[in-house]
Amino acid sequence: MLKIVDSAVPVACWSCSAAHKASALFCSNCSKIQPPPSGEYFSVFGLRPQLNLDLDALERELHRLSRRLHPDRFARASENEREWSLADTALLNDAYRTLKDPLRRTEYLLKLHGAEIGEEHAGKDRRDPSRVPPDLLEEVFDLNMQLEEMRSARQAGETDQELEKNLVEAKKKFDGLLEEVDRDLRAQWQAWDEGDQAAREAAQKTMAALLDRRRYLNNLVRDVTETLGA
Amino acid sequence: MAEARIVGIDLGTTNSLVAYMEGDKPVVIPGVDGSNLVPSVVALDPIPAGGGRPTVTVGNSARRALIETPERVIYSVKRLMGRGLAEVRSELEFFPFRLADDVEAGEVPRVQLGELRFTPPEISAYVLRQLKKNAERFFGAPVTQAVITVPAYFNDAQRQATKDAGRMAGLDVLRLVNEPTAAALAYGLDRAKEGLIAVYDLGGGTFDISILKLRDGIFEVQSTNGDTHLGGDDIDNLLLAVALDEIHAEHGVDLRKDPAAVQALRKAAIDAKIRLSSEQSAQFDIELPNGDRYQREIPREVFEQLIEPVLNRTAGPCKQAVADAGITPDQIDEVVLVGGSTRIPAVRRLVDDLFHLSARGKKPHIELNPDEVVALGAAVQASILAGASKTTEELLLLDVTPLSLGIEALGGVVAKIITRNSTIPASATEHFTTGVDGQTNVAIHVVQGERELAADCRSLARFDLKGIPPMAAGLPRIEVKFLIDADGILQVSAREQRSGKQAEIEVKPTYGLTDAQVESMILDSFDHAEEDFARRLLIEARNEAETILTKVEQARANPAWAQLTGEEQAAVDAARDRLASAKLGADLNAIRAATAGLDQATHRLAELMMDAAVTEAIRGKTMEAAGQELSDHITAPHPMAAAEFK
Repeated sequence: MLKIVDSAVPVACWSCSAAHKASALFCSNCSKIQPPPSGEYFSVFGLRPQLNLDLDALERELHRLSRRLHPDRFARASENEREWSLADTALLNDAYRTLKDPLRRTEYLLKLHGAEIGEEHAGKDRRDPSRVPPDLLEEVFDLNMQLEEMRSARQAGETDQELEKNLVEAKKKFDGLLEEVDRDLRAQWQAWDEGDQAAREAAQKTMAALLDRRRYLNNLVRDVTETLGA
Repeated sequence: MAEARIVGIDLGTTNSLVAYMEGDKPVVIPGVDGSNLVPSVVALDPIPAGGGRPTVTVGNSARRALIETPERVIYSVKRLMGRGLAEVRSELEFFPFRLADDVEAGEVPRVQLGELRFTPPEISAYVLRQLKKNAERFFGAPVTQAVITVPAYFNDAQRQATKDAGRMAGLDVLRLVNEPTAAALAYGLDRAKEGLIAVYDLGGGTFDISILKLRDGIFEVQSTNGDTHLGGDDIDNLLLAVALDEIHAEHGVDLRKDPAAVQALRKAAIDAKIRLSSEQSAQFDIELPNGDRYQREIPREVFEQLIEPVLNRTAGPCKQAVADAGITPDQIDEVVLVGGSTRIPAVRRLVDDLFHLSARGKKPHIELNPDEVVALGAAVQASILAGASKTTEELLLLDVTPLSLGIEALGGVVAKIITRNSTIPASATEHFTTGVDGQTNVAIHVVQGERELAADCRSLARFDLKGIPPMAAGLPRIEVKFLIDADGILQVSAREQRSGKQAEIEVKPTYGLTDAQVESMILDSFDHAEEDFARRLLIEARNEAETILTKVEQARANPAWAQLTGEEQAAVDAARDRLASAKLGADLNAIRAATAGLDQATHRLAELMMDAAVTEAIRGKTMEAAGQELSDHITAPHPMAAAEFK
């Protein structure tokens, strides 16, 4: 399950040979930049995996580390250091991008714990019936019919105000459901951050299901917005 | 010895500049003629009488040749950088350049210039080499390292082409910086501000909008957007099309087939455009080949109606950038205007509207010269890289990639792996496997863009993962790491995880030159050995002197010479004699001073000659000189019928 990064085997600094942690970006002895660590994103920021984050502190840490790691600081350094600076900064930026966004952060944490998160690739059929949350089956069926009608009406150059009104209504409803999912997710963050092993596992399961539902709703809302805006 | 200086270069569509950090202030380095701007114009001089390779001139002198020998001159080449054959063809509809006729699909297009053919990076390399020379002349020391700016919305291929040009010019390009970001850096230097800044950059050929957050000396780009084919050139083309159409309709003269006349008209159009930024109206007054005059008043309001569609094309990218930054226009604290086209009052009104500036009691920043601010910012970035200045020690730029990076998945759809506006450097790791037993190659297609289908995005490269150990289908696990570096350029590495073997990658860039090609195009240049440098400067100064002396000698035969007063003629002669004798000596500074003196003394003469050349070109004296259908395609994309445009 969870890999504890902090307990990683010590490695030696390329410059002064002092031992330091495998997750370190710099040597604790001589401060020289090190090759990219194998650690996960939380450890890049010196954090334990957690879902509630102080985003302001995260940004300050990004800036502090960027000042030391960025390729601009190594323009005239050795080729190795230049390469590590590039790889380390990419890791730092990847980590920040993932952790600052609530959904990406949640997905990432679940992935760390072995969850299979559905990849949201554009090509997947959004209307695959097996992916519809059971409680929404009927509404989704109706909505898809209306979307089809709307598209063919548009193609024929007609405007159906009744239909448009219905779609706007539907969008409002699904937007509301999205907000509900987000509230539920946040509640689970708390449960995960503060819970014991069993509570965490339960929270992980719930969050994985919520993320699936959220992705589904999001695609629906996008479809409606696109169709209305076309 | 102090480390060599790093210069900052703005390689523009219309003009280019080189700047450096003098103490804690960025300063533009002037050229031989004392001007800060080097027009991005490259001309091929006629082949010398004795044979051999013709020489290349850059800048103002090349611009003069535009009227006399348009088939030997190229400008706005930035629009062609990193682009494929089809794209370049559509671009050429509006620019009177010829593609070499032997270019094949998949090759980097080459432009025919006189007898020779050049790729766009080679042309840019000539401009860069001129800037490099100007800097070396200024410092009296070699310059080999540079920061070069590019439009923020440049894609991978356009960035790579710019780097290639640097290498051909003998420059080690330490960083590509996005132009709007550079401008923010130039502005942010002397004010320790915090907050959100929008940089609106409408240049000669490109438009960028970037939104940055400033905090503790860190310039963090939040989002960027733009259009790499939108700028002052498009406005010139509109005015030009109107003039060509009206001349055709009213006087029965079709000047489109006459490149020299088109160039002369273009110059008149640009002059009118510039006047309209300060005056309420401007005039065309041109003598035609048949003796008629084309006279035409252009009131500012008509001009503004004409260019409105062009300006409105900047609104969409601005709104998208604001949305991508997750803010509203009212949250923007400052707006910075960059690029010569932002001098147009209608542009300023549009910006004011987009960001609700006057409604909030704000004004856009225009304190720094919009033509120079990007170069100044590049100099600041150069100083950051050099790490030698207290002023820039605390500054750091965190820029983003303007376009999403994706790979083509099953069914031709794009799987995005790095989304637009991600801070760079950024990376993504993907895993690939085989579909057939014993398969040893996997092909990957990388694209850049926002569309869902790979065919609608821009193809970046095709990678072939080779040497995969033969295994059952689906068993190999090839890890491919995509990394966008601090220049916004993609790097790829791969590894087969089961065998631990480093998979071999063969990169076929869809557009662009191979390493070997770039190597072969490095401009023949002097050896950079230090001891030769003083000698080289002397040789160059003598060459400059020789060039101007020859031109002055030729000019005496020109009718314009007779238009000078006796006093002016005497002044030219005296300056000429001073230079002729200085040239014989070995005093570098004396030669330069005398060169500048002669240049000064012949200013009016040059102007008179230029005017004469324009008139001649319009009269059609040089018409047969170009037997090609260059500007054939300039149709009238302007929205107004000729009748309304009175």
